[in-house]
Amino acid sequence: MNYRETITAITELLQDQLVVCANGLISREAFTIRDRAENFYMIGSMGLASSIGLGVALNKPSRKVIILDGDGNLLMNLGSLPMIGFLQPKNLLHIVLDNEVYASTGNQPTISNVIELEEIAKSAKYTYVKKVTTNEDMRREVAYTLENDGPSFLLVKISDKAEQREIGRVTHSPEEIKERFMSAVN
Amino acid sequence: MFKSEDFAQELINNGYDFFTGVPCTIIGNLITNLTERSDITYIPAVREDVAVGVASGAYMAGRIPAVLMQNSGLGQCLNALTSLNLIYKLPCLLIVTWRGFEGKDAPEHLVMGRICEKLLDTVGIPHHTFNPDNIKVLINMSYKLITENKAPLALFLKKGIID
Repeated sequence: MNYRETITAITELLQDQLVVCANGLISREAFTIRDRAENFYMIGSMGLASSIGLGVALNKPSRKVIILDGDGNLLMNLGSLPMIGFLQPKNLLHIVLDNEVYASTGNQPTISNVIELEEIAKSAKYTYVKKVTTNEDMRREVAYTLENDGPSFLLVKISDKAEQREIGRVTHSPEEIKERFMSAVN
Repeated sequence: MFKSEDFAQELINNGYDFFTGVPCTIIGNLITNLTERSDITYIPAVREDVAVGVASGAYMAGRIPAVLMQNSGLGQCLNALTSLNLIYKLPCLLIVTWRGFEGKDAPEHLVMGRICEKLLDTVGIPHHTFNPDNIKVLINMSYKLITENKAPLALFLKKGIID
C-alpha cells in the first residue's frame, strides 16, 4: 500500500465527516486527491493534528471527526493519545498512516518499524484499535469505524516507502483553510 | 486579593467558554474552580502546545478558548503559536503566570522570567499584565481583541494577584 491509494480509499468513503490532516505529505495528498471544505490542512505545528482534532471533536459531538495522522506526527506528540483515551470522544477516529519514515523530508527513518504504535493506542484506552496491512482490510476497517463509536484508532501500515513523486502543496492560504473548515463545521 | 472563583466568573461572563491548560501554583485554585464548574469545560492538557492545539480545534468548532499556563510553557508552545495560531488567525486568550518576576524565584524560572515579555514582543503576540485594579478591564478587553483581531493575546499573572 502507498499513501495515495490509502488516502484515495479513505476519501471515497467520506460524506460530511470532518478531517484534520497532519502536515507534510498527508495534507498535500489529501488536498490533491480531493479537496473538501471539511478538510483542515495543517501545514505547520507538527504533532498537533491529534490535539486540534480532539478540540473539534469535543465541541461538535454530532459530527464524526477524523484525524489523518502520520507516524512522525504521532511520535512527536504521544501525549495526545492518553488525553483522547481519558476524554473518550465517541465521534473521534484517529487514522495513522505509518510508513516508518519522515517522507516529506526524504524518507529518514522514524522508530515505528520497531515501536508498535497500535499498542500505545491500546494502552491509551482507545475503545477500538486495529492495525491493517492490506488495502482490503483497510477499506473494511475504515468503513466500520466510520459507522461505529470510538474513540477508534486505525494504524495503516504503508509498505511502499520508495514512492517519492513530486506532489503539489496546498494552494489555499491558511486563513482560507480555516474559514472554509469553520463554515463546514458550524 | 481577587478571588479565583470571581476571576473564573469574569472570564465566563465575558464570553470565554472553553478552557484548557497546564497548572501552575499561581493558578491552582483557578483551575480547581474551572474544573468543578458545570457551566464550562476545562480540559487538563499534557503540555502547553497540546493545550493550544486543543483550544484551536475548539475555536473552529465555535468556542472562544482560554489557555492557562506557566510562562515556562510559552517556550513549549512557541511553534504552535507561530505556525498555527498566527498564520491561520486562530484566536485564544493565554493566561500566563509570570514566574521569575524581577529575578525572585527558583533558578529554573529566572531566564524565562526575564525574557517572557520580550519573547512575545519578538513573536508578535500582544500582552498585558494583571495588577489588582485592572482584572475586569483586561479580561473584558481581551475578548474584544482576540475575536476582532483573530489572534492570540497573553495576559501575565504574577503571584499575589488572585488567591
